[in-house]
Amino acid sequence: MVLKSNPRYGLSKGRLEKVIGNLLRAGVLTAAAVTLAGGLLFLIHYRSTYPSYHVFLGEPTDLRSISGILNDALSLRSRGIIQLGLLLLIATPVARVVFSFFAFLYERDRLYSIITFVVLTALSYSLSGGRF
Amino acid sequence: MNTFEFTILIWFSSIVAGFLGSLTGLGGGVVIIPLLTLVFGVDIRYAIGASLVSVIATSSGAAAAYVKEGFTNIRIGMFLEMATTFGAIAGASLAANMPTRIIAIIFGIVLIWSSYESARTRREEVHDKKPDALASILNLSSSFPTPEGPRSYSVHSVPSGFGLMFIAGMLSGLLGIGSGSMKVLAMDQVMKVPFKVSTTTSNFMIGVTAAASAGIYLNRGYIDPGIAMPVMLGVLFGSLVGTKVLVKAQTRSLRILFGIIIFFLALEMIYKGVSGWF
Repeated sequence: MVLKSNPRYGLSKGRLEKVIGNLLRAGVLTAAAVTLAGGLLFLIHYRSTYPSYHVFLGEPTDLRSISGILNDALSLRSRGIIQLGLLLLIATPVARVVFSFFAFLYERDRLYSIITFVVLTALSYSLSGGRF
Repeated sequence: MNTFEFTILIWFSSIVAGFLGSLTGLGGGVVIIPLLTLVFGVDIRYAIGASLVSVIATSSGAAAAYVKEGFTNIRIGMFLEMATTFGAIAGASLAANMPTRIIAIIFGIVLIWSSYESARTRREEVHDKKPDALASILNLSSSFPTPEGPRSYSVHSVPSGFGLMFIAGMLSGLLGIGSGSMKVLAMDQVMKVPFKVSTTTSNFMIGVTAAASAGIYLNRGYIDPGIAMPVMLGVLFGSLVGTKVLVKAQTRSLRILFGIIIFFLALEMIYKGVSGWF
């Protein structure tokens, strides 16, 4: 069995894969560009400070949550911009799952819509910091 | 060493790690954590955070290319991601309550195991007998392109594969690696999915698995922009170059050399974990 989607509603096999491929590429490129921009700013600001990563202190609270990161990035703080880039990167596979969810709904594939929804639930639990 | 020198040095090392990781199929994360902790003296929690982020970058970047070639089985991937994402959350939660030296020891053991796994040569077997009942309900069987046209395959032992995927996800969340070797093992050896389909589908799943624990790590303050930035950009760049070279290069001797380096790094992780250095 090669084609699994219902031909009446189906996204053809190749098309779904093409869209997912483009989505992933765009996500990674955007994230890398934002991280790089923040990184250059970071190097200008902090170049002559001395890093100490031997002892684990953990990040300040504003770099731990989505709202804090957005806030810092919008006020053009370099560490906030980097963190926004990393957040976009984490969001890339999540966006792929969201897209697959709608693709399965569109295909009227009830079983896989549910499966994809379960994965989305796990991801949103994690992104909300391990609590709802 | 000031921040500028530190960042550039980490960036260069990450390019090399990403390059070797993609040439050998072991992934960049597996080298980044020993490198950051043993060579640069970075706390293992920051190293895990940076590694996870770079794992998402390389796997999504590579998946973008693979998925269009038609080897990746999106249904198998989505179904098994239920196991890996919940496993990853369990692993990340476990990491919070585990002494870092124990994490280092487990890391060393997994490192030795996965370099052994990836060095093994495999026969390409394609099962096209009747799939298991569960595999039929889940519509997992599919086909992949060959020079002679599409070749069908069937899927078996779904529950065992699912269980192993939960463990793969847990190790990914605990150690900050993609745990591709175990994902491939679950599909290729247990579920009898063809090797090329297993590796591309594993790669497809790694990003989602890592994202499931990255959220928790971000919230716990493990992801430091100053370390994660040069690591992610370096590993991504190095692995892209590695994939281009891979097509042409004869990599066998390089794989063996890399395997030996990995083995000693792993021993040092275990030794320093046991002696309480971490």
